[in-house]
Amino acid sequence: MKEKKQFGMRPVMLLLLAAALVSVLLAVGLGPVSVSPVTTAKILLSRIPGFGNLIRPVWQPMEENIVILLRLPRVCLGLVVGASLAVCGVTMQALVRNTLADPFILGVSSGATAFATLGMLFGAFSFLGIYSLSISAFLGAAVTIVFVYLISRVGGRIHMARLLLSGVAVSMIMDGITGIIKLSAPNALGLHNAEFWMSGSLAGAKWAYLGLPALVLAVCMAFLMLHHRGLNLLLLGEESAGALGVNVRRLQKWLILTTSVMAGATIAVSGSIGFVGLMVPHFTRLLVGGDHKKVLPVSALLGGILVVWVDVAARTVIAPEELPVGILTAVIGGPFFIAMLIKNTREKRS
Amino acid sequence: MKLQIEALSYAYGGKNAVENVNLHVEQGEFVGVIGPNGSGKSTILKNVYRALTPKQGKVLLEAQPISTMSHRETALKMAVVGQENDVPFDFTVEEIVAMGRSPHKRLFDPDTDHDRQIVRHALEHMGMETMAKRNYRHLSGGERQRVLIARAIAQESDLLILDEPTNHLDVGCQMQIFDFIKRLKVTVLSAIHDLNMAALYCDRLYVMKQGQICMSGTPEEVLTASNIFDVYGVRCTAEKHPQTGKIHITYLPA
Repeated sequence: MKEKKQFGMRPVMLLLLAAALVSVLLAVGLGPVSVSPVTTAKILLSRIPGFGNLIRPVWQPMEENIVILLRLPRVCLGLVVGASLAVCGVTMQALVRNTLADPFILGVSSGATAFATLGMLFGAFSFLGIYSLSISAFLGAAVTIVFVYLISRVGGRIHMARLLLSGVAVSMIMDGITGIIKLSAPNALGLHNAEFWMSGSLAGAKWAYLGLPALVLAVCMAFLMLHHRGLNLLLLGEESAGALGVNVRRLQKWLILTTSVMAGATIAVSGSIGFVGLMVPHFTRLLVGGDHKKVLPVSALLGGILVVWVDVAARTVIAPEELPVGILTAVIGGPFFIAMLIKNTREKRS
Repeated sequence: MKLQIEALSYAYGGKNAVENVNLHVEQGEFVGVIGPNGSGKSTILKNVYRALTPKQGKVLLEAQPISTMSHRETALKMAVVGQENDVPFDFTVEEIVAMGRSPHKRLFDPDTDHDRQIVRHALEHMGMETMAKRNYRHLSGGERQRVLIARAIAQESDLLILDEPTNHLDVGCQMQIFDFIKRLKVTVLSAIHDLNMAALYCDRLYVMKQGQICMSGTPEEVLTASNIFDVYGVRCTAEKHPQTGKIHITYLPA
């Protein structure tokens, strides 16, 4: 019965911010063509208006192109995607009151993928313009999450076995639908693109991809931080939360909306990258405890850093070929999920 | 804080679990609800703290129907310690107690020194100040219940709703919890399982049987051998204990 060691919020945040910055500098340099971190830093600083003139350009134009046009957008996208997935995981866990929730495990990613594929290959949502992919992914995510949520509620409570099983079932259904869509795809090029995107990848990141997910992350994060008390109270159970002044139904609806928007916007640019939303919140809670005021920002940073590095691995392990990031996170995350499942059941029994 | 329940009915599915219940708690009273398992004690309380919405009838706090109040407003007036005390996440004792401050907070309000002081006092009142940093999940049943009551204290509301707060606890913990609550000098409505505990701590009792209130009054009036036989089907003797001056029940085996 020892007191659990928890770290102060300020040092943890400062450390993570520093780690994120270092990660960006290193990750931008790593890849088939490597650029040293110092050069990277100089290239980046030279782009800051008013300050840039002070730095003498000693690098090659090719290096600058790689950094600014190829790697930096990719690394930044990695940060945003990782942060969104982690925050998405935190939110879903509060919603279903279970640490095993994750957009991938509960089928939300599959739902988003199915709808997005439909849009990609058949132009089903093309009337929505350039954001059609994001919006169709959001719709898929929203449909799935509502579905899984409704199936797993028994007598006003989320039943854990039902939650996980309905997640599996729904994601199978959605994967099946994706399969049907792919088989009846009208053109081969679209199919190839869809395949690569589906397995989860940050390759081909452009600055233009970054805007929407970053905006969505910022807005959702602000909303969640404002409601950090409500999120904490939901973990006590619906009745206790209600008795402590939370309008439970309304908050739950908002949380479903936020997770769907975040999952949709993220999956639209990166495909489905699994288990980030499971692993990151877990480590975050070990670090700073369960209070959402701390869990949200810390897991956002941790998630970003994690995805940036997994993406570095994805493009270096079998260079010059690339692995989809989603495959790597699944290989790491799967066993992790099993370990947590065992730990969870053991705690229930004791 | 005055609480009134008027003609309350509630049904899970078809059959009424609670029917036409009238009950009131005056300012400063400690009122108990007793009755066999499944007689509707929890259902009444859940209708009061809004985990359930009444099918018929209403619940009034200081003459205002709670259905017209926001969840936050009701949380400022009454605190609840329910049967749900399992938290599948890692929180420290202090964090759980601090959650009692939530209804006092608007969206942009930060936690202040005043809040931290209230939390510390609540913990001290329950004798839990040395455990502030402990993980709530690692506490014993009795300690958890003390934390939840500390949370209710931090909520600073005048009415306390308790749903069998000492269920599954040993007799030492039971007495300790009730003593702590009694010392708070707030208005209390509590479902109680143990009739001797009810006799020791309650000013008035309501007796539930099959979803209806079958009698009410002071422990002396209600807890008689014949009444207990009627409600529970158990033979017993009920006498005033010379030391406490309260009713004491001894059950007689068949």
